[in-house]
Amino acid sequence: MTPFRRDPFTDLFYEMARFQEQFERMFGIGNLLRQTAAGVVPLANVWQDDNHVYVEMDLPGIQLDKLDITVKEGNVLTVQGEREPTNSDGAVWHRQERLVGPFTRVLTLPVLVDPDKVEASLEQGVLRLKLSKSEAAKPRKITVRAG
Amino acid sequence: MAENQELQRDDIRTESARGVTLSPRVDILETDDEMRLVAELPGVKSEDVDIRFENGELTIHGRRTPSHQGLQRTHWEYDVTNYFRSFRVNERIAADKIHAELKNGLLTVHLPKTESARPRRIAVKG
Repeated sequence: MTPFRRDPFTDLFYEMARFQEQFERMFGIGNLLRQTAAGVVPLANVWQDDNHVYVEMDLPGIQLDKLDITVKEGNVLTVQGEREPTNSDGAVWHRQERLVGPFTRVLTLPVLVDPDKVEASLEQGVLRLKLSKSEAAKPRKITVRAG
Repeated sequence: MAENQELQRDDIRTESARGVTLSPRVDILETDDEMRLVAELPGVKSEDVDIRFENGELTIHGRRTPSHQGLQRTHWEYDVTNYFRSFRVNERIAADKIHAELKNGLLTVHLPKTESARPRRIAVKG
């Protein structure tokens, strides 16, 4: 059993809601969308240029070699992995918010990509994928001949 | 002096006009020697993390630079420019010994307890 201590009256780490409010006021409340960090399924952002599709996903604390990344049917990207718990050797927990356990994210890409040309990197806890668009999906310049 | 502060505030406001502030998920652990806080700050470089400990208040602020600027956004699920969270620490902490490391998007802050706050085994003379 994990030792867990949570007593509202002796909480050693009391969250400063007042500070949060101040910060939000300072940064302009109109532009602020306060939200909790992503849930069990990691969120993804997708960009593209003429030849590539770029995917980014926040996966803090995860090693790249522990991830399973596949592309099926030309545009179905799947990222699977597992979130490891924080090392707590002999320590007492006060708060555990970080998610633990396996996750799967399936994403349908906007265009067909080449499943053999996927570049992946994981830096600062952010997974970045660079996928090459299949030839048919690349934009073509049409030459117009005067008739 | 007050005016300077106002200027600074305006700068921040303009810079993060399209930004979103996120409350990072944290784990907090305690050992005999220290309080340890682990926060998820994906995409933040160590030079963009600001940790303050003042009057028993621990404040963490991380700034994230948007990636792939100039490319066509196709599908958008999240936007982050700032991570911010603050705690009051009701334990005697040796403020000058606080240290932190950032690895794989995880920030670990070590808050060592003062000598007097550490548990002691009392020897009983017989």
